[in-house]
Amino acid sequence: MAGIKKFVVGSFTDEAVLFPAVKNVRKAGYKIHDVYTPFPIHGLDHAMGIRETSLHTAGFIYAICGTTTALGFMSWVFTKDWPLNIGGKPHFALPAWIPITFELTVLFSAVGMVLTFCYLCNLAPFVKKHHFHPRATDDQFVMAIECTDKTNDAEVQSFLQNAGAQEVNVQVAETGWWIGRYDKEQKLYRDEIGY
Amino acid sequence: MSLLKYESQQREPLVDGNKDYHQVTEDIISPIEMKPSRLWYIGFWISVGLLLFGVYSVYREVTYGIGQWNLNKTIGWGWDITNFVWWVGIGHAGTLISAILLLFRQGWRTGVNRAAEAMTIFAVMCAGQFPIWHMGRVWMAFFVMPYPNTRGPLWVNFNSPLLWDVFAISTYFTVSLLFWYSGLLPDLATVRDRAKTKLRKLLYGVASFGWTGSTKHWQRHESLSLVLAGLSTPLVLSVHTIVSFDFATSVIPGWHTTIFPPYFVAGAIFSGFAMVQTLLIVVRKVMNLQDYITMGHIEAMNKVIVLTGSIVGCAYLTELFIAWYGQNPYEWYAFSQNRANLFTPYGWSYWLMMFCNVVSPQLFWSRKLRRNITVTFFMSIIVNIGMWYERFVIIVTSVYRDFLPSSWSTYYSPSIYEIGFYLGTFGLFFTCFFLFAKYFPVIAVAEIKSILKTTGESYKRKMTDIEKADAEKFYIEEVEHAH
Repeated sequence: MAGIKKFVVGSFTDEAVLFPAVKNVRKAGYKIHDVYTPFPIHGLDHAMGIRETSLHTAGFIYAICGTTTALGFMSWVFTKDWPLNIGGKPHFALPAWIPITFELTVLFSAVGMVLTFCYLCNLAPFVKKHHFHPRATDDQFVMAIECTDKTNDAEVQSFLQNAGAQEVNVQVAETGWWIGRYDKEQKLYRDEIGY
Repeated sequence: MSLLKYESQQREPLVDGNKDYHQVTEDIISPIEMKPSRLWYIGFWISVGLLLFGVYSVYREVTYGIGQWNLNKTIGWGWDITNFVWWVGIGHAGTLISAILLLFRQGWRTGVNRAAEAMTIFAVMCAGQFPIWHMGRVWMAFFVMPYPNTRGPLWVNFNSPLLWDVFAISTYFTVSLLFWYSGLLPDLATVRDRAKTKLRKLLYGVASFGWTGSTKHWQRHESLSLVLAGLSTPLVLSVHTIVSFDFATSVIPGWHTTIFPPYFVAGAIFSGFAMVQTLLIVVRKVMNLQDYITMGHIEAMNKVIVLTGSIVGCAYLTELFIAWYGQNPYEWYAFSQNRANLFTPYGWSYWLMMFCNVVSPQLFWSRKLRRNITVTFFMSIIVNIGMWYERFVIIVTSVYRDFLPSSWSTYYSPSIYEIGFYLGTFGLFFTCFFLFAKYFPVIAVAEIKSILKTTGESYKRKMTDIEKADAEKFYIEEVEHAH
């Protein structure tokens, strides 16, 4: 949980308008907290200056773990722990182990990557986050600009409007995630005790 | 230019009608928010009825033993393994569509991938039932897992194709499920954000894992999908290859052939696409999704059917030729007598298979027939009957006359509980599919939106205007100047 901050939020209806807006906002020196879109927009991450994800590297490491687990385990079982005589064939039967080695490689990589993905993006059942716009998962492209004490809200708002935003407003929001349910409007504990 | 990408006008649009992003959401999500139709209830309860019959059949089999089925010492594998291979095969189309077509950048997969992946998962669930219940003492099923035990520990035989199957099928199920669900997250979030009732907010809120649509999350999501597609592509090929090893690594005439892996994989894709056609032709009609699952989609899948059907046909002929060319008397007997001779007990099943799988799909060389819904629907069922018979032919005709003529089996016909078990898996499959069609977005909403501007009909029309203007400008500037 990262704490409560103030944001200027603008929503766009066309990604072709959003792209130049993202560039202009960054050029003007404002800090984009995030852009929420209903579908992946190629190149937006570069426009926003987000670095490339290394999720695939993690996937590769998990895959290697799967390969070594499978090969190591089968070799240990059939050559050390309980060597079985199967029709007089060699104990170390590498070709026969390829199918299982391959399957475990894929399994480890896929499961590991999905879990890493969920961990990095804070995705899990009963996780709740602040949503800047209810239609950010439908047809709106929503840009949230982070405000500091020195930021002039009105200036940012008019800047966004000029950039082509349809709706512009100011929201005070929790930036992280918390345990919650979407059918309940709930206050965070620390709001109640006066954070 | 307001349009981000250009696609040739030669290609027909993948999304028909004058759609914008909101309309896409509306079209696909609103059936979830409405009460199910009467037709849905009828279909659902018929499926549940079949499922219950299956449960009773399995109950009989577990209580009284495998003797409830009409298998015997000679025909040790009959309907059960036929059904297993058939269902696994059907489960191949989903991953092919979502993984291989993703790598090949085929835009049309977005209209059908979600439903096909769901179908894959349900088909693999059905397939898994057969080997599990065939174990007889099913409460010992965990013995197939290599876990430390007090018997030595005595490990499983890693050199056995049947154990490879355990790993292949369970990995395939897990990876398909993860792939399907990670793709569903954004769409479930769309349902959640539109939800009006408390229950729906709660359930879709839990199911969507708190998805927001953040750019960073999308970036990781894209990377995840791409790598999962890359992993699933060899996986899907490996699964049916390993299933074919169950037969190919044995020494039974008719099974002991090296052509099995590619031939099984082609057959699996063939039958899988046929099942996708059967389901989607109904779904697009009932749920009014003709704009998203267009004739273009149906035609594209029919092309895959004629391709894979012909590959299967080539494999049948190659197999027959090699049986003759190899000059192994047992092998040749299995092919020339047990199968190809119409007047032996199972000769009819071989020729039925040949007709359904090799001859009938050739209709799809005609564009007119590829784009005909009735023909496609009819053909999809024919193909699945044919593919069921393929497995039946491979399994039963190879074993019913073994090396010892005195133990040749008399005609094998399934018992009512064997049939009931098969019908029960249909019940399981369709119960799951009906629930899926009602409670989940049957089309990948986010993916459709991402291709809308390149291949949506309304945008294509705009594109034509721009192109025309461009062409005119070019003519005025270049051609007239030259004169």
